[in-house]
Amino acid sequence: MTGFPILSVLLAVPAVAAVLCLFVGAQGARWTALLATLVNLALGAWLWTQFQHGDGAPQWQFVEHVTLFKMGGAEFSWALGIDGFAFLLIELSLFLMPICIGASWLSVTKRVPEYMAAFLATEVLMIGTFAAQDLFLFYVFFEGGLIPMYLIIGIWGGVNRIYASYKFFLYTLLGSLLMLIAMIAMVLNTGTTSIPVLMAHDFPANWQTWLWLAFFASFAVKMPMWPVHTWLPDAHVQAPTAGSVILAGVLLKLGGYGFLRFSLPMFPVASVQFMWVVFALSCVAVVYTSLVALVQSDMKKLIAYSSVAHMAIVTMGLFAFNANGIDGAMMVMLGHGVVSGALFLCVGIIYDRLHTREIDRYGGLAINMPRYAVLFLLFTMASIGLPGTSNFVGEFFSLAGVYQVSTWTALIGTTGIILGAAYMLYLFRRVVWGDLTKDDVKAMPDLDGREVAMLVALAAVVLWMGVYPTSFTAPMRADVARLTQRLDSAAHTLSISDSKPTPGSPQAAPTHEASAHEGAH
Amino acid sequence: MSSILIIVFLPLLAAAVAGLVNKSFGAALPKIVTTGSLFVACGLSWPIFLSYLSGSAAPTVTPVLHWMTSGTMSFAWELRVDALTAVMLVVVTSVSALVHLYSWGYMSEEPDQPRFFAYLSLFTFAMLMLVTANNLVQMFFGWEGVGLASYLLIGFWFRKPSANAAAIKAFVVNRVGDLGFMLGIFGVFLVFGTVDIPTILAAAPNHAGSTIGFLGHRFDTITVLCLLLFVGAMGKSAQLGLHTWLPDAMEGPTPVSALIHAATMVTAGVFMVCRMSPLFEQSAVAMHVVMVIGAATCFFAATVGTTQTDIKRVIAYSTCSQLGYMFFAAGVGAYGAAMFHLFTHAFFKALLFLGAGSVIHAMHHEQDMRYYGGLWKKIPLTYTAMMAGTLAITGVGIPALFGNPVAFGFAGFHSKDAIIEAAFASGNTGVFWVGVVVALLTSFYSWRVVFLTFHGKPRWAASEHIQHAVHDAHGHGHDDHAHAHAAHGHDDHHAHDHGDGTAGYHPHESPLVMLIPLILLSIGAVAAGFVFHGFFIEPSAGETYWHGALAFNEHLMHAMHEVPVWVKLSATVAMLLGLGTAIFAYIVSPGFPAAFAEQVRPLYLFLLNKWYFDELYNLLFVRPAFAIGRLFWKRGDEQTIDRFGPNGAARLVQFGSFGAVKLQSGYLYTYAFVMLIGLTAALTWVIAR
Repeated sequence: MTGFPILSVLLAVPAVAAVLCLFVGAQGARWTALLATLVNLALGAWLWTQFQHGDGAPQWQFVEHVTLFKMGGAEFSWALGIDGFAFLLIELSLFLMPICIGASWLSVTKRVPEYMAAFLATEVLMIGTFAAQDLFLFYVFFEGGLIPMYLIIGIWGGVNRIYASYKFFLYTLLGSLLMLIAMIAMVLNTGTTSIPVLMAHDFPANWQTWLWLAFFASFAVKMPMWPVHTWLPDAHVQAPTAGSVILAGVLLKLGGYGFLRFSLPMFPVASVQFMWVVFALSCVAVVYTSLVALVQSDMKKLIAYSSVAHMAIVTMGLFAFNANGIDGAMMVMLGHGVVSGALFLCVGIIYDRLHTREIDRYGGLAINMPRYAVLFLLFTMASIGLPGTSNFVGEFFSLAGVYQVSTWTALIGTTGIILGAAYMLYLFRRVVWGDLTKDDVKAMPDLDGREVAMLVALAAVVLWMGVYPTSFTAPMRADVARLTQRLDSAAHTLSISDSKPTPGSPQAAPTHEASAHEGAH
Repeated sequence: MSSILIIVFLPLLAAAVAGLVNKSFGAALPKIVTTGSLFVACGLSWPIFLSYLSGSAAPTVTPVLHWMTSGTMSFAWELRVDALTAVMLVVVTSVSALVHLYSWGYMSEEPDQPRFFAYLSLFTFAMLMLVTANNLVQMFFGWEGVGLASYLLIGFWFRKPSANAAAIKAFVVNRVGDLGFMLGIFGVFLVFGTVDIPTILAAAPNHAGSTIGFLGHRFDTITVLCLLLFVGAMGKSAQLGLHTWLPDAMEGPTPVSALIHAATMVTAGVFMVCRMSPLFEQSAVAMHVVMVIGAATCFFAATVGTTQTDIKRVIAYSTCSQLGYMFFAAGVGAYGAAMFHLFTHAFFKALLFLGAGSVIHAMHHEQDMRYYGGLWKKIPLTYTAMMAGTLAITGVGIPALFGNPVAFGFAGFHSKDAIIEAAFASGNTGVFWVGVVVALLTSFYSWRVVFLTFHGKPRWAASEHIQHAVHDAHGHGHDDHAHAHAAHGHDDHHAHDHGDGTAGYHPHESPLVMLIPLILLSIGAVAAGFVFHGFFIEPSAGETYWHGALAFNEHLMHAMHEVPVWVKLSATVAMLLGLGTAIFAYIVSPGFPAAFAEQVRPLYLFLLNKWYFDELYNLLFVRPAFAIGRLFWKRGDEQTIDRFGPNGAARLVQFGSFGAVKLQSGYLYTYAFVMLIGLTAALTWVIAR
């Protein structure tokens, strides 16, 4: 498709603004960043109207291709283009960025120009990751995303920021290196760096196993999956509010996106082979991290652990290999992006007032911050997955998809809705309910206009996604169908083997009324 | 515009307006908006119900908006109206409208009224979405929506720790049920390929005899689906095992208890089983489980109800027990009788709760019946209303025997006796006897409430609330939520005892806005059974009315009329025995209960402590969850994963660099030595390969 290079423009706007930020002083940098992200959001709205879906829509849209250099048969090119998955995640990033800038408006006072530049750089790298169609271009964006986040935590973070940022970096580095090696091997094997071509390429089964494992090392950490999740609570606790928002909102989605873009379509046979590993790790994560979340006394840590549990629902859904599961996984990613972003923002708002994340230092906020209480309640309920909010749609489809593959996994995954209710309501009770006894808490003012605007925008999207999720599932429907079709052939070849779980489908015998025996046999 | 759209969405609109406007224009506007919209909804609901009664209406489905599509699963927001929905519409809107009105009086001293009314209307909206659902997911939406409203209203007095705890408990225990409901929906989709209720019910017979894999074993398909859905129903309807939240839910304001925790929300489980009855009919095992759980709950709750001293808790356990009746009616296949009891119960139980609220209001928020007594002269209208409710729940009436052509009695007489007779007629003798025994217990605990509250001598002086009221000379509002206050020394209280047990306190009858709902509900409690029993349970009229909206078992309804005379009399006899016992224990010989409790102390404590369910669950689930969470966090994350993961790697790097530092010593001979080793190694490799 020729025409307006919207994707490059989406990358250029924050990139230029980031450079500009460094030269205009603190207040100037704030306005520059806000303006740039808002321009990008407007472009995103335009993109929303232009993105085609339905019958006859091309898989890859807004394609751009410029060869940068060639190396043997392979080339390194500026290749951009998006399908439904990438489109939705780009929209999520575009939506969250202005809110991040808004959240940092007053709370960041140290090195403001550099801070804003780092955020804009993050936006560039995130959009680039989702839009890249060249394997190495993807790698550059994907790993590059680490650097500004590393700096945001390391420079503007809390007391223990050095440990947190180093842990964050160490974890992700190991996976990345393995992924790079795998990418080189793929290019040597196929002679192409084009992601769309690779997605249709059938690697030999033994190759798939090793490549899958290498990619898994990277994506599992990014996700994060148990047991490589321990960087996340520390990173969140130490990161500034906006850093947490973008970390939970978008960076955690890179792992899921990686599975969707690479592991599932490129290595379908290996994916089916390792389904049980993913299911087992996800099951452990749901129960384990939910219980850990229950006993946290630090608000950010609690929400960080809950993120791990939610992401486990994503990995379960993805590896159910059916349309429900994949739809659900994407919807959890989008919903969690908005909701956990909002929850971190809620934490940040009261942190700005009292400068502590200790849950027990609060209590009774419903009395002096009623507007805050209402919005916090909405996001709490969304996080719990109440129907009518974004997260329900995702959890419901994801677990419905899993049920069709493994009832055990679905059962354990669904316990997440009980545990999720327990830890979130326990948090809500300790922060918002109760009597207002502490003097410094009494002095906390309710939300101001800036805060209301940010939270209401998030709330509107949460409800939109819950009441009319078709807006979000329609753009990716064709992509989900393509993916499941590709997975079906692989799943089919392996379903004969014993490793395939007992299918939960009935052996329908409608005419055998006489043999209507009850119970097990 | 279809009237059902107005009925369902007007309360939502009202809730939004009340919530957003809040106190900006005083409390009056939100109150008028919410109450007004509920009366409109109620006014529109009755004609729908009447049109079904007259047999002139056919089921309709009103589309609202597409909801979700994923793969082959697709469903919409749509509103279904049929005979079953029509019953629920009138129950929900009528009780809700009256409770709104009642709250004008009951909550008048509450500073946060707009929030309260917004929650009430929000609840009504969610409940209406539940009963009009045409697919299981929308039913689940309503299911969770009422759960949210219930959570918010139980925790309405959010400063009270006990209210907070009760709210969380209600939500989390319900979520355990929801786990079953959700898995049930997944299973239904897997089997039927749709979540559309009419399609499922039509296809249900095709799946008889099929099996399904569940948790590694294979079971009968329909049995698995029904039992999973029933777990959801057990949570919402507080059935044995998942009932523990309901008594605690009494922390909420009394109008809430009447609307949500008696008349409407808790009956959602019964409604769901009736809605899905053609599916349940396909599984004898599932039906049996429903029956047994219902009977067990019925018995359990009634036994506990006999020992509680908090007036609201007695009525709460009574609700739990009556829900058990409804379930075992459904379990024996008498869905019409289950819905009938749901219908009459809504009126008389709402009446009992609102009556109790009126008593509590008069007694300055004292809820302990031990500090009541002799109130009938002071609040005669409330007394009359409570009498009507008690006559209804205990099932007072004259059976159609010994030449009497028409059975005539209060509401519960028609519906509860129908359930007991249906149990016998279906051949489940054991459950029949449970029904009879519980009828005795019901009569006993219900009359116990009346006698302790309204008869005997006043025992008010010992109440802290009353002392508080007398001390403050009625001069203060609810600023610190009078119920929450801590102990006031007992000793000085008795100084003010006027010798007649009243402590000089003068209870007042409630204002008119509270009495009107009581009067209207009294009419329902008296007449609802006699007027409507034909449509709900009579063989031919019932078939015409239900018209396939539930699995109406005409054969069973016939058999119900053919039961022996002693069966027909049994419930009435049990009721009279219960009444007699209550008269003896609380009027004739008031010292007897205490003496008797002392004699059977272990049993008494067992019942008083509600069979120790809370203690057991605390021990089994709550405390372990926290302990394991702490273990995973400290031992798992910090001492294992971090220790051997990133921190271990860091130590390794440190160690490695320490070694590297040693190597770079600066001495030429070490470098030469290393070079030599390298050269040797390289040569060896070249030669040996």
